Amino acid sequence: MSDLYYPDWQIRRILRDVNTVAMVGASTNWNRPSYFAMKYMQDKGFRVIPVNPRAAGETLLGEEVVASLKDITVPIDMVDIFQRSERVPPVVDEAIEVGAKVIWMQLTVRHDEAAKKAEDAGLTVIMDRCPKIEFARLSGELGWSGINTKVITSRRSRQIRA
Amino acid sequence: MSDNKNDPRPPGFETLAIHAGASPDEKTGARNVPIYQTTAYVFDDADHAASLFNLQTFGYIYSRLTNPTVSALEEKVAALEDGRGAVACASGHAAQMLAMFVLMNPGDNFVASRNLYGGSVTQFTHTFKKFDWHVNFVDPADPENFRNAIDEKTKAIFLEVLANPGGIIVDLEPIAEIAKDAGIPLIVDNTMATPYLCRPFEWGADISIHSMTKFLCGHGTSMGGVVVESGHFDWAQNDKFPSMTEPDPAYHGLTFYETFGDFGFSTKAKAVALRDLGPTLAPQNAFNILTGIESLPVRMDRHLQNAQAVAEFLEGHPAVAWVSYAGLKSSPYNALAKKYLPKGPGSVFTFGLKGGYEAGVRAVESVELLSHLANLGDTRSLIIHPASTTHRQLTEEQQIASGAGPDVVRLSIGLETVDDIIADLDQALSYAQQKAAE
Repeated sequence: MSDLYYPDWQIRRILRDVNTVAMVGASTNWNRPSYFAMKYMQDKGFRVIPVNPRAAGETLLGEEVVASLKDITVPIDMVDIFQRSERVPPVVDEAIEVGAKVIWMQLTVRHDEAAKKAEDAGLTVIMDRCPKIEFARLSGELGWSGINTKVITSRRSRQIRA
Repeated sequence: MSDNKNDPRPPGFETLAIHAGASPDEKTGARNVPIYQTTAYVFDDADHAASLFNLQTFGYIYSRLTNPTVSALEEKVAALEDGRGAVACASGHAAQMLAMFVLMNPGDNFVASRNLYGGSVTQFTHTFKKFDWHVNFVDPADPENFRNAIDEKTKAIFLEVLANPGGIIVDLEPIAEIAKDAGIPLIVDNTMATPYLCRPFEWGADISIHSMTKFLCGHGTSMGGVVVESGHFDWAQNDKFPSMTEPDPAYHGLTFYETFGDFGFSTKAKAVALRDLGPTLAPQNAFNILTGIESLPVRMDRHLQNAQAVAEFLEGHPAVAWVSYAGLKSSPYNALAKKYLPKGPGSVFTFGLKGGYEAGVRAVESVELLSHLANLGDTRSLIIHPASTTHRQLTEEQQIASGAGPDVVRLSIGLETVDDIIADLDQALSYAQQKAAE
């Protein structure tokens, strides 16, 4: 993980408030990381719409795959980018265009220039993180696997979404 | 992103020792981690079960792999080492087995310091050979010895930073550089130091291993081992680690490094090595070790204080030929101790008696307060003659090389009143000396 730092309260707030997520680069192959993330986030109550031109029209985990963000007919809260860093800028441009509130770039994905553009347009940007891992970390589930969540709390509930 | 790049001050070590991994139980509100005495866990439905078996969601399946009490302990130790994740298991030896199982293929080798616990030397030399895994032991005094022993089949460097049976400190930083140059992880057995005295990841190590039976548990009550991963090693930098970077047939073609990233190693060690080798840590033991760790910092402070006093006493004793404790100014390892273990170099060390082997054995047999047994890191002070016990399976040459020659007596100084420890040693040494003169 890079030196980027996002406070836990910021991540927690995003994962609490976001409902509809467009996942750019979602794979229909069950053993790919994006498939894992999509399935997990659906379980946590997010609606995840897969975006992947090569699989457009197919059904993935109960959702129809669309070719681009512009093909999505419902309002999008967050765009989750599973693409190599150099392919981020056009996705960010489209995300701004369709009115997304949050851009989330996956682990190892980072594009500072595109992030700046999105932030200037009023969007919140998270880079080089995985929403599944962050959700699991802040809710305590990651600790079930012996992973260091870095969460110290004397409170009983660590629930993120009502 | 622009205004929040500065990480806030992380919690202190003492806070982590008590709180990390141990937030209140969500189901009951129990403030301390409960002992979940479990085997299997029910699935919500077939899809939930499939997700768990595919590792797509987090949750408990079967206690050979995961248990809530054990995972609380894993997270706590990972936090104390400032690591990314950890896998607990039945013993320190099991931890070594799990770590190597992920790294090694038949025909591979690793380079190890020759200054190790005798049981590790035996495990590496003889038992690992049955898996066609091989070890090259080197003198750690010169870091270049590690570099010279590395070949294209070498998959790791292994060492104890504060080495058993005592007094020797290995220069971690240049050896970490050598591992980095070779594109292989540096594994540090940190049992004798504990993360309170030394955090190997801060010096460039990639994996740490503990026998938690020792200072972490601290009370001589429970066996346990753990493997911790720093999360900083790039497994894809070369083709040496196919079990991390290639689709795993034991998991339907899942690629662990790609899927789990910086906790891919601990996930693999758990989901494959622990699952298929089976050395699970018992929940009761995990609970005992969790309780022990809460007081680790204060216990270690007193262990150090007592050890220093006992070492100084022995150094001035007429029956004693030499004392090997890095906290003594006379020790050649005093400078390395100040660098790597600034709080103090632990409480396990060795000394030799002027009467040699016979005097050593007699002293060990004459103690009344110290316990003659094969363990270390107990509240009780312990004494042993390594050449006839912990390092017995080694050749005499190996014994001398590892600091466990025939005249060596090992102490693990506990938490009793220090004057009582000294008085007991004094009477035992005087008796041994007197007998030798007869």
